[in-house]
Amino acid sequence: MSSTDASTEQDASPATDAARDEIVARFAAHLGDGLLESHVVPDVDIWLRVSRESWREAAEFAKNGLGFAYFSFLGGIDWMPSPFGREMDSQIDITLGNDEASKIDQTIEQGIAGGETRFQVFARVNDIVNGLGITLKVDLADDDLSVDSWVSVYPGANWHEREAWEMYGFSFNDHPGLRALYLPSDFEGHPLRKDYPLLARRMKPWPGIVDVEQMPGEGDDEDGASSD
Amino acid sequence: MSASLNILGELSYWQQTGIRVGAGLAAVLLIAGTLVYLHLFKLVSFMQSRLGPMEAGPFGSLQLLAEVGKFLQKEDIFPRKADRFVFAAAPFVVLMSTFLLVVVVPGGPDAWFIDTELGIYLAMAVSSVSVIGILMAGWGSASKYSMLGGLRATGQLIAYELPLILAVLGVVIQAGTMNMQGIVYAQAEGSIFGWDGIGNPYILTQGVAFLIFMVAMQAELTQAPFDMPIAESELVSGYMTEYSGMRFLLFFIGEFATAGVFSAIAAVLFLGGWSIPGIDPNDNIMNVLGPLVMLVKIVGLTFVVFWARFTFPRFREDQLQKLAWKVLIPLALTNIVVTGILKVAF
Amino acid sequence: MRMERAVTEAALSNRAQLSYIAAQAADARVNVELETEGMTLNIGPQHPATHGTLRIIAKLDGEQVVAVDPVMGYMHRGYEKLAEVRTYPQVTTLINRIDWVGSFANEVPFILAAERLMEVEAPPRAQWIRTILFEMSRIANITLFLGDMGLQVGAVTPAFFAFRDREHVLNLIEAVTGGRFHPNFDRIGGLKDDLPAGWITETRRVMKKMRQYCDEIETLVEGNEIFQARTRGIGVIPAHIGLSYGLSGANIRGSGVDWDVRRDSPCGMVHNETDWKVWTHPDGDSFARFWVRLQETRESTRIIDQLIDNIPSGPIMAKVPRIIKVPAGEAYVETENPLGVMGYYVISKGELVPYRVKIRSASFNNISITPWLLKGVYVPDIITILGSLYFILGDIDR
Repeated sequence: MSSTDASTEQDASPATDAARDEIVARFAAHLGDGLLESHVVPDVDIWLRVSRESWREAAEFAKNGLGFAYFSFLGGIDWMPSPFGREMDSQIDITLGNDEASKIDQTIEQGIAGGETRFQVFARVNDIVNGLGITLKVDLADDDLSVDSWVSVYPGANWHEREAWEMYGFSFNDHPGLRALYLPSDFEGHPLRKDYPLLARRMKPWPGIVDVEQMPGEGDDEDGASSD
Repeated sequence: MSASLNILGELSYWQQTGIRVGAGLAAVLLIAGTLVYLHLFKLVSFMQSRLGPMEAGPFGSLQLLAEVGKFLQKEDIFPRKADRFVFAAAPFVVLMSTFLLVVVVPGGPDAWFIDTELGIYLAMAVSSVSVIGILMAGWGSASKYSMLGGLRATGQLIAYELPLILAVLGVVIQAGTMNMQGIVYAQAEGSIFGWDGIGNPYILTQGVAFLIFMVAMQAELTQAPFDMPIAESELVSGYMTEYSGMRFLLFFIGEFATAGVFSAIAAVLFLGGWSIPGIDPNDNIMNVLGPLVMLVKIVGLTFVVFWARFTFPRFREDQLQKLAWKVLIPLALTNIVVTGILKVAF
Repeated sequence: MRMERAVTEAALSNRAQLSYIAAQAADARVNVELETEGMTLNIGPQHPATHGTLRIIAKLDGEQVVAVDPVMGYMHRGYEKLAEVRTYPQVTTLINRIDWVGSFANEVPFILAAERLMEVEAPPRAQWIRTILFEMSRIANITLFLGDMGLQVGAVTPAFFAFRDREHVLNLIEAVTGGRFHPNFDRIGGLKDDLPAGWITETRRVMKKMRQYCDEIETLVEGNEIFQARTRGIGVIPAHIGLSYGLSGANIRGSGVDWDVRRDSPCGMVHNETDWKVWTHPDGDSFARFWVRLQETRESTRIIDQLIDNIPSGPIMAKVPRIIKVPAGEAYVETENPLGVMGYYVISKGELVPYRVKIRSASFNNISITPWLLKGVYVPDIITILGSLYFILGDIDR
């Protein structure tokens, strides 16, 4: 997906383009410096990245000012590539190797609408009447993984924030009660972080890409990895 | 007493009582068994477009024996916090009220357990004892589900006893006696505007009372649409949740036995009991045919009860109470007034 | 109570420890005396009413609810973490099992998101068959609800009719995909296989039967006075509250909001090639939600009837490489699944596996309204309202 500007994509229908561009413009006008980056794919979607201080304000403006009354979801992203090897591409056990080729690239590279930190919180709200949706992102400082809670604006964010807290370790200021949602109350760690290992993969490494799985007892004439 | 039963008159008191007790047990259990098979296994299965039990015996007729055997060999579980005596006694109290009820039901001109002037009055009084049993079960189980079920049951059963009794009063006024045999004779020997082809079954003249009685009976049996106490999708089994094995079997059999006995009482009150139009009620043959006729009428009435049970959703507790107090009782009272006026006038 | 005092008096800075003790206290409270003033009733996780292992801790005052706290996670399988180590076709196998009753519909938004990232469009024939199977999974899902709603309020018989008539649709799905419950049929760029011979005639017959079933349920359940007394006016959700909680599907349409992703933001499916209608009901109570779903089922049968007649011919799969590496980017696609709006936010870094998949499941938002909705209702109404919101545990727990 190329991150070309909306202005150079002329093949989209002008009507949706204008609607989405106008939303971005109004956000910029309301938040000023709070709006850090925006990305519009014409006829498809809008991404906006706001600063931490204006996270709740962005929500309020979306709901009350722009009519985005529908709360879709809220989640977290961890942009650090997983330090564990044995992933899909690796044919060898990368973590054991010591040479440069087998080190996993740990550079953090954010996606659409940029970002500067490892963790981001992203949320999506919809405008039902016009059929539009916005994805809002916010960076979390590496030393203080907290951001304002959206519960006072969208009550539905309550459970989503609880899930983000337990899966990533983010804390949300002014949340009515951050406690575990899915995991048992004595669980340690934050599972969806990339440096939390997926134990099943630790136990049994990825067998490589197989085209057809061997029937039990069928000969070893075919190698497991028949990738082309 | 007619000639053929003189032999019974020569037996000692204890032998007579023994026969009566045995016959009572047989009556209750056989009726319960028949109802369980016919209605619970087959009727509901056909209504739900499935076959029901087919393996045990021809067409699944011995399924109940298998179920009884299964329940009997189960572990007798007591919840840790349960009051052992109350918990254990509750099913017996419920079943006891059923057995006490069955003694007033006559099966023929001479085939009765007791023949007392109290008749239906005794039956109504004794049927309330089961409420105590249900409350014992609910409280003694030391479980919140059971207690909720027990409380709901108590409220419901007490509320619906009034329409039951008031409906019966209309019949008593028309028959002029509370004696069950007397009511049967009044219907068998009565006539509708002079035509005595089928006697005078009170379902025709007391139709409103019959409907009220059936609705109240459904509620007294805690069958849907009045099965809040056992609301399966909420309270698992209400007051029966913690019971397993033989005690559960007692509740289970008790439920169907009570349905049978109440239907028997309804048959006596409204359908003419053991009498068939065409045969003289004093004829000796009625001592044999009478119980069979009663069985047929019981099966017919319980058919309606279970048909309603498996069709309707259940009322909520407050809607249930509203129905009893605001609809059934005024209706029953009006019925009594009208019956009284007509009885005096004609 | 002793436990609560321990919680408040101890100097606890460790949040995990605090939550652990609070959880123990909550469990202890549940097992304590039998007072009905402020009684805490534990509904589930093993319970005949909840569609799976959902635990609801209800604080009661007699028969009225004071507060409700749903506890979930008994079926949490960690799909979002698992998806990070699975190739795209393998993720399809996983997500079949989110909403296992109408499972073809789970795959579609994910496949559409991946197709958007790859800038591949499925050929028309595949799009039409995808839509038909999508609507069929809706019928399979909602017929279960129609029968089951009767069960929640106490009528045991409609549930049997539901299972009997659902079999026909499941047989159809099995004939095409090979699986009744987990088809795993959608592929990036199209579908796995084409339709078998005779399937179209059979579908017409089955759709007629499903319409008969809907009529039956209408008389048996919806028209029943007791059912109406149990569901009318129970669990009213005002439209703006529903929107801010993220309710979707028939839950929000039962509150009068005219929103259907199939019509308003279609993506890759061809509903708008047919003539169909979005059903709403202004009341917002449990009866309205039931009614909307009943009408939707009938509407689905009509959509399928129209689509069945006009399936274009052509290939069933676009040209995609054998081993699929999706180009880097982010995409979010949502569709109108039987339970509500389901969406997948797929972040890809150009590898064989997705980098992050965020699953937006409908029932998660639908149930998040229960602490607000269930205040002050009676205990039987808890079951009615939960039944009318209609959740599947796999959808909540992922």
